[in-house]
Amino acid sequence: MNYQWNWSIFLQPTAVGDTTYLGWMFAGLQMTLMLSLCAWVLALLLGAVVGVLRTVPNKVLSGLATAYVELFRNIPLLVQLFIWYFVMPELVPQSLGDAYKQSHPVLQQFLAAMVCLALFTSARVAEQVRSGINSLPKGQKNAGLALGFTLPQVYRHVLLPMAFRLIMPPLTSEFLNIFKNSAVCSTIGLLELAAQGRQLVDYTAQPYESFIAVTIAYVAINVVVMTLMKKLEDKVRVPGYMGGK
Amino acid sequence: MIQISHVSKNYGSFDVLKDCSTTVSKGEVIVVCGPSGSGKSTLIKCVNGLEPFQSGEIIVNGTSVGDPKTNLSKLRAHVGMVFQNFELFPHMSITQNLAIAQVKVLGRQQDEAIDKGLKLLDRVGLKAHAHKFPGQLSGGQQQRVAIARALAMDPICMLFDEPTSALDPEMVNEVLDVMTELAQEGMTMMCVTHEMGFAKRVANRVIFMDHGRIVEDDSKEAFFANPRSERAQQFLAKILHH
Ligand SMILES: Nc1ncnc2c1ncn2[C@@H]1O[C@H](COP(=O)(O)OP(=O)(O)O)[C@@H](O)[C@H]1O
Ligand SMILES: [Mg+2]
Repeated sequence: MNYQWNWSIFLQPTAVGDTTYLGWMFAGLQMTLMLSLCAWVLALLLGAVVGVLRTVPNKVLSGLATAYVELFRNIPLLVQLFIWYFVMPELVPQSLGDAYKQSHPVLQQFLAAMVCLALFTSARVAEQVRSGINSLPKGQKNAGLALGFTLPQVYRHVLLPMAFRLIMPPLTSEFLNIFKNSAVCSTIGLLELAAQGRQLVDYTAQPYESFIAVTIAYVAINVVVMTLMKKLEDKVRVPGYMGGK
Repeated sequence: MIQISHVSKNYGSFDVLKDCSTTVSKGEVIVVCGPSGSGKSTLIKCVNGLEPFQSGEIIVNGTSVGDPKTNLSKLRAHVGMVFQNFELFPHMSITQNLAIAQVKVLGRQQDEAIDKGLKLLDRVGLKAHAHKFPGQLSGGQQQRVAIARALAMDPICMLFDEPTSALDPEMVNEVLDVMTELAQEGMTMMCVTHEMGFAKRVANRVIFMDHGRIVEDDSKEAFFANPRSERAQQFLAKILHH
């Protein structure tokens, strides 16, 4: 194999002349980070709400929450993405659909991708939240109620703070997943990290450099996320509980 | 203070409580005992509405617990409850455990709530542990904190569900001492417990339950001198020999 390695390719201006190829990579990285972080914040909030609803006594609410989880967990991510990007704008009220279609194409891609990733991940977060709440001693809820807390107060002050501590490890892996899953969004043309990598191959015919760079970027994201989550886990560790000091 | 009249509860075809009636007057201490599974916990949880019941009525301080219009949170704020497994909130310091419901439920100021909590903590002999977390205390200490936490809400009565059953034997007395003191100060108390020494010391009446029924409801003198039912006699013989 006589492949011509050329690492300096990253410093060359792109064929379009807007920036260097490294600039493309950074633009992709930025898009991946922005998309994933926005989707993650939404997924956490939605997942917490849906996870809580799955554990409430009200059968209608818990049934709806179960349906939500099953829906978003069981349809393939790619199919969900196409539905949000291609189908939804036709189904919503026309004025809203038109406004969407007249917005900047990148904004359209970003919104569809963000909503898709957020809802898909929220269903998985909800499952973790539910299992965290259910693994707490049953008496905790009663203790909160017996003190005069309302049910929402019991969740807010008693159940969720402990449940979230318990599910930190699986939440970390969901957080990592959302970065990996965001690569799917290149299929609707969003120029995130993986898409920029492919574009670089098309323009330069230097696939190895391109994909090595993309890989390094994903690994770096992983390392940073894991380090931060570990720090957070240590910070909120409860003294005298589960090996805490 | 607490009137329980003809309360029945079932889980499907299984009757947990069958036509239970009794009253607890202001300042009275009632001990509830009986074999495991006889419905003691269920009965005491019905008093503050933690367990719903299908028929009968429970009136606490003039408020009907079973009435759908009753604001249960408001009622529970003034009915203290102590659990077998303490149920302190593990992620909060002892001080926070004592203060949080005062602030969030009663609307007291944070420093006022902490002051009150620390006074009660001193009373149960644990002032030095205020900054610790529940997981750093022994079971007996945790249960004393749980009692202080309930007292911080200025309860009109206190419910205890086997407060010493999860404790190592050497810690039982430190908790019973706190309860005894409370009883002697005139607190209205309904205690599920098998500590007959405690019952003999402070109880006004003893209730014996079996298979969801209140089988005996007697002054403690009558109960210990001469329990009427055979089941209660057997039960007493068993636990007094241990
Ligand atoms: N959620 C439930 N569903 C069905 N049976 C229950 C439930 N909770 C309690 N029970 C049953 O009710 C009976 C009384 O329980 P409990 O009040 O805890 O008894 P005790 O406190 O006297 O040991 C037990 O036989 C128990 O198995
Ligand atoms: Mg019990």
